[in-house]
Amino acid sequence: MYDAGKIIPGLIIFVGLMLFAIFNNAGSKVEAPKLEKPVGVKECVKPVKYMKESHMELLNVWRDEVIREGKREMIEVEGKLYEKSLQNGCMRCHTSKKKFCDVCHEFASVYPYCWDCHVAPQADMALQEAK
Amino acid sequence: MLEKSLKGNLGYWAWVLFLLGIIGVGAICYVVQFNYGLGATGMSRDVTWGVYISQFTFLVGVAAGGLMLVLPYYLHHYKDFGRITILGEFMAIAAVAMCLLFIMADLGQPMRALNVVFHPTPNSMLFYDMIVLNGYLLLNLICGWVILHSEYKGIKYPGWVKPFIYISIPWAVSIHTVTAFLYCGLPGRHFWLTAILAPRFLASAFAAGPCLLMVIALIMKQTTQFNVGQKAQDKLVTIIGYAALLNFFFLGCEIFVAYYSDIPGHKHTLDYLFFGLTDHATGETYNNLVPFMRASVIMGFTGIGLLFVSRAKQSDALLAVSCILIFTSFWIDKGLGLVLGGFVPNGLEQITEYVPTPIEIGVTAGIWATGFLIITVLYKIAISVKLENEKTA
Amino acid sequence: MDSSRRKFLKIAGISAVAGIGAPSALNMLMKSDVQASSAGGAHGAQPDAHGAQGGHGAAPAGKRYGMVIDAVKFHETPGLAQKCIDACHSYYNVPDFGNKKDEIKWLWQEPFMNAFPDESHYKKDDGLLSMKFMVLCNHCDNPPCVRACPTKATFKSAEGIVMMDFHRCIGCRFCMAACPYGARSFNWRDPRGTMDGVPFIKKVNPEFPTRMRGVVEKCSFCALRVTKGQMPLCVEATGDSKAMVFGDLNDPNSEVSQVLKARFTIQRKPSLGTMPSVFYII
Repeated sequence: MYDAGKIIPGLIIFVGLMLFAIFNNAGSKVEAPKLEKPVGVKECVKPVKYMKESHMELLNVWRDEVIREGKREMIEVEGKLYEKSLQNGCMRCHTSKKKFCDVCHEFASVYPYCWDCHVAPQADMALQEAK
Repeated sequence: MLEKSLKGNLGYWAWVLFLLGIIGVGAICYVVQFNYGLGATGMSRDVTWGVYISQFTFLVGVAAGGLMLVLPYYLHHYKDFGRITILGEFMAIAAVAMCLLFIMADLGQPMRALNVVFHPTPNSMLFYDMIVLNGYLLLNLICGWVILHSEYKGIKYPGWVKPFIYISIPWAVSIHTVTAFLYCGLPGRHFWLTAILAPRFLASAFAAGPCLLMVIALIMKQTTQFNVGQKAQDKLVTIIGYAALLNFFFLGCEIFVAYYSDIPGHKHTLDYLFFGLTDHATGETYNNLVPFMRASVIMGFTGIGLLFVSRAKQSDALLAVSCILIFTSFWIDKGLGLVLGGFVPNGLEQITEYVPTPIEIGVTAGIWATGFLIITVLYKIAISVKLENEKTA
Repeated sequence: MDSSRRKFLKIAGISAVAGIGAPSALNMLMKSDVQASSAGGAHGAQPDAHGAQGGHGAAPAGKRYGMVIDAVKFHETPGLAQKCIDACHSYYNVPDFGNKKDEIKWLWQEPFMNAFPDESHYKKDDGLLSMKFMVLCNHCDNPPCVRACPTKATFKSAEGIVMMDFHRCIGCRFCMAACPYGARSFNWRDPRGTMDGVPFIKKVNPEFPTRMRGVVEKCSFCALRVTKGQMPLCVEATGDSKAMVFGDLNDPNSEVSQVLKARFTIQRKPSLGTMPSVFYII
């Protein structure tokens, strides 16, 4: 190999830099985010584990079913009916986007574009206006 | 082979820097547009496509025009085009790249552009346009690069590119046909709803493309040792002349149908483009494209006239002037009038005029500069290889 | 490179391309099949002869929602039109930018000459020429916008409603060029923005999303309300006046079908073959 003397140390420095974040944080404890849970309701439309891992997929499915396929029936949980809707379904129980959605999303550094169009619940709006 | 583009004289580097400067300005303008939304342009609810889509339409023509250089050489073994065929292919690459950039600049949600691939929709003409444009880009990249590379190594190009060359010929026709179909398949837009839109597009393309190439060839003749040869030049003049005449023949057909049939819907846009249109409700006259369109017709005919004079007199200067005139004429006709005119009047017979904003013009200039940079680099490589080969030969 | 290696690379390359391409091609074919079958019925029912008159194209099976607008009633009841427009625009968070260039509208009024440019207005009575007509998306049975859309962001639902999927729209505005009725609007700028401290959406309705910049929007015939058995908001706003009647055109017993049978109505630009589902009593 030509210039091995430059390339190999260069590669080592590059890989080291890339892995710095991992080395630096290895072993240190990170507290999981604490979400505000709805009061008075125990069950969600799907098991908690599924919702934690795959709520975004469910929202995508709902979106296509409601808008595109005309499957707009309500979902029954614990005898209560819920709309397949982010604004008019999910957020009826999870009354704060700030204390529910954002806490985790900010922790995981994901910024879905839901709220570019969808309107956060009134509680958040009031909060924002108070500021 | 790419290293050839890194060796150039002061003039070459000054030109490249100049283009990079314009690209920079264009990029800044695009950032402004991206952050604000397409409202940063002059487009409105009534005129929903502006200079971006009209430049795209015109440049598809320039790309398809490369065909006029490829076809005689490969299909008819017209050996005098040996030196310029590669230039035609490289011009097509730059033109298609500009087309794609203009489409991206025009999207309201550019981050979702790939939805066209994720949700393929065979009933939309835009779906086919995506296929033919990207396909044409790929075909020209393959053919141009492989053939030049073979030349660089002093061998004949490998047999496997031949099918690609042959496919690229009908493909060139297809890109402009599909682009015309974007417009002429829409109900309720009388100006576009004409079966000769695709032929008209092709005629203007086969003139405008070779015109641009001719101007560049003449510039190179002055500034480098690269000469495409008198015979090729004369043949191009013939091609440009016939294609330009055909274009005006088609335009004449449109004018006849509109004014002889006397159907208002067919006349409205032509009235607007060449005479101005009066809104009966307000009495106001709208005519901001009239001077351009009239200039386009005058420049076109003057250009064609001068073209034949230049040939008789064997004058390169006159030839350059006539090519610039024809190119500009067709740029106005297709790059302004055709797309913008189609929206006047709108579906409710109301008139809204369109004026591009400085931001929009900045982005447009930036994309044109990108295209010229691609042409510059590719041509630099091509003529370096050709000149070197001739020296050793 | 020896020949067997070259052969292997060729085959590997070709099969890789085929492997990537085939599933999406298959997917595409299957999807277009579904689309063809839902729209096919409507086409089949149209005899070729209906040509120039266009007219009341009907799908033989399934629902096809439509509307009759009584322009005379709107003319006789001042303020009714504005009431309908406000009901629509406030519920759907339609922004008001205060200028014509950025304008977004789902439901608005036009004079006879603009709403029906193909109809003769020579020596028509002054009443007709001074009337304003409510215009909105025609929810065509043969919608050119749906044909033009490259991503199926706009599509025809099983109920014959031309829908917008704002999540999917790339903002190419091909549908706006394709619509002969000017029914579509584009978000040229962020509808959630403000001008001099005044928001473009005066009061956000928390039950419906706003839009983001760069997507196209239009009337949805209140598809989500209709599913629940409710009337579209504009129809609801007309109250008992019957200035707007909404229902299934394919059901001969529906109120809208009865009105169409009894009264003379016209459609906008029927000669284009789009088969509008909105009818006007003039």
